Amino acid sequence: MKAIVTVIGKDQVGIIAGVCTVLAEKNINVLDISQTVMQDYFTMIMMVDISEAGLTFEDLSRDLDEFGRTKGLSIRIQREDIFEAMHRI
Amino acid sequence: MLNTSEILQTIEMLDSQHLDIRTITMGISLLDCADEDIDAASRKIYEKIVSRAKDLVKVGEDIQSEFGIPIVNKRISVTPVALVGASCRERNYVKLAHALENAARETGVNFIGGFSALVQKGMTQADINLIDSLPQALSETEHMCASINVASTKAGINMDAVKLMGERIIDIAEATKDRDSLGCAKLTVFANAVEDNPFMAGAFHGPGEGDTVINVGVSGPGVVHHAIKNKKDASFDEIAELIKKTAFKITRMGQLVAMEASKRLGVPFGIVDLSLAPTPAIGDSVARILEEMGLETCGTHGTTAALALLNDAVKKGGVMASSHVGGLSGAFIPVSEDEGMIAASGKGVLTIDKLEAMTCVCSVGLDMIAVPGDTPKETISAIIADEAAIGVINNKTTACRLIPVIGKGVGETAVFGGLLGEAPIIPLHREVSTDFINRGGRIPAPLHSLRN
Repeated sequence: MKAIVTVIGKDQVGIIAGVCTVLAEKNINVLDISQTVMQDYFTMIMMVDISEAGLTFEDLSRDLDEFGRTKGLSIRIQREDIFEAMHRI
Repeated sequence: MLNTSEILQTIEMLDSQHLDIRTITMGISLLDCADEDIDAASRKIYEKIVSRAKDLVKVGEDIQSEFGIPIVNKRISVTPVALVGASCRERNYVKLAHALENAARETGVNFIGGFSALVQKGMTQADINLIDSLPQALSETEHMCASINVASTKAGINMDAVKLMGERIIDIAEATKDRDSLGCAKLTVFANAVEDNPFMAGAFHGPGEGDTVINVGVSGPGVVHHAIKNKKDASFDEIAELIKKTAFKITRMGQLVAMEASKRLGVPFGIVDLSLAPTPAIGDSVARILEEMGLETCGTHGTTAALALLNDAVKKGGVMASSHVGGLSGAFIPVSEDEGMIAASGKGVLTIDKLEAMTCVCSVGLDMIAVPGDTPKETISAIIADEAAIGVINNKTTACRLIPVIGKGVGETAVFGGLLGEAPIIPLHREVSTDFINRGGRIPAPLHSLRN
């Protein structure tokens, strides 16, 4: 199952490394990354495969959120389907 | 592959524009729960609802977590209780209301609807029993909603029922006067009620439905408002296009959630109701959309035209996004639940007469309107009759959810709390309609040719 991780917050050293470490610990494969920095504001969007993840979606979502809080970032994970449904016919 | 701006647009809709799924509503047939003994019927009702809906709240929460879409309410609608209660020897149906309330508490849903009767042409003894049970039933329950259909385009208006409802609404207001007559906020009086509506207070599971069904109601006034914001130079053609595109996106999300809930619960998908349902939160108002089109205050001249455009564009945009659209679909105008409407009625710009005109083009009717507590019962009936006439003649659903707030008058505010919000009490005409209402009988069904 594919999901979209979005990370939004103030730019700082080690955001990608930190998020990727959390994902790797949970056996989640990163399929695609795009990121931009606009006026010190960092936005990263990752497509990930959570089929092999060793925990429930709810726990994963909470762990990412908790990690984000320690860095002052907003991190969320959502199933890809919602974006596909909204923007693709 | 999705691009960054699309993903961020969705996130912004969810984060700052109040986009949500207003409700996942499970419709459950209770036709197999009838019994001569009201205690046996109550037990069957409770057991059937709890067995069918035991996973509803959990599934709703799981979907919310995985898709990141707030699902504000989980609800249940049931077969109009008058049909089930008709077999009971007991004439007071309050026990059936408690069965619904207990089932709602056990399953953890926010509301349960269907303490209802369909009396557009005539009333059975069971219908009268149910209507007479309303004041006690609504004052002793918290989660249960009721609705009565008093008119239809095919049957005309049952003025005996309209008269009776005026009396009972005052009784309900009295029975719940310690809570600003909150009981009346849980009762809708319909013309042309639909059988698959997921929204409260008027949800019931029509007799033409299957055993169990999942209906989803979307929302999103904030998203529509954002789409047309700062478009001062746009023509109405462009505004309509923007609303259609936004409604399409909102509805696609509703369809996704509906299909997912249907699959996980093993219950057939019914419809998506593509309504713009406001909340009292800032930035989630239908009135502010109308004002964004260029009206100084909602309720001034031009409001009806603006609402007509909005209501129609929402339907056009949403219809292609879902395999089955139904329910009440359109823009709701519940005064107490809409921050902009609260402000406009507080200023005296949004009057009862303008609201009535707006109901000719909105999706439902006079909704969540607080009126003085000393309003005569015949005046309540007369407002219901006016509203039913609009629905019957124009072949649309209309409804009245009026709250005569006992002990309060014009200039004061009724506070209901939560999604039900608060409402300034608005003035009604003081001239009485007593002789009109006391005639009784039926207003015949209208002719549907020679339309002028």
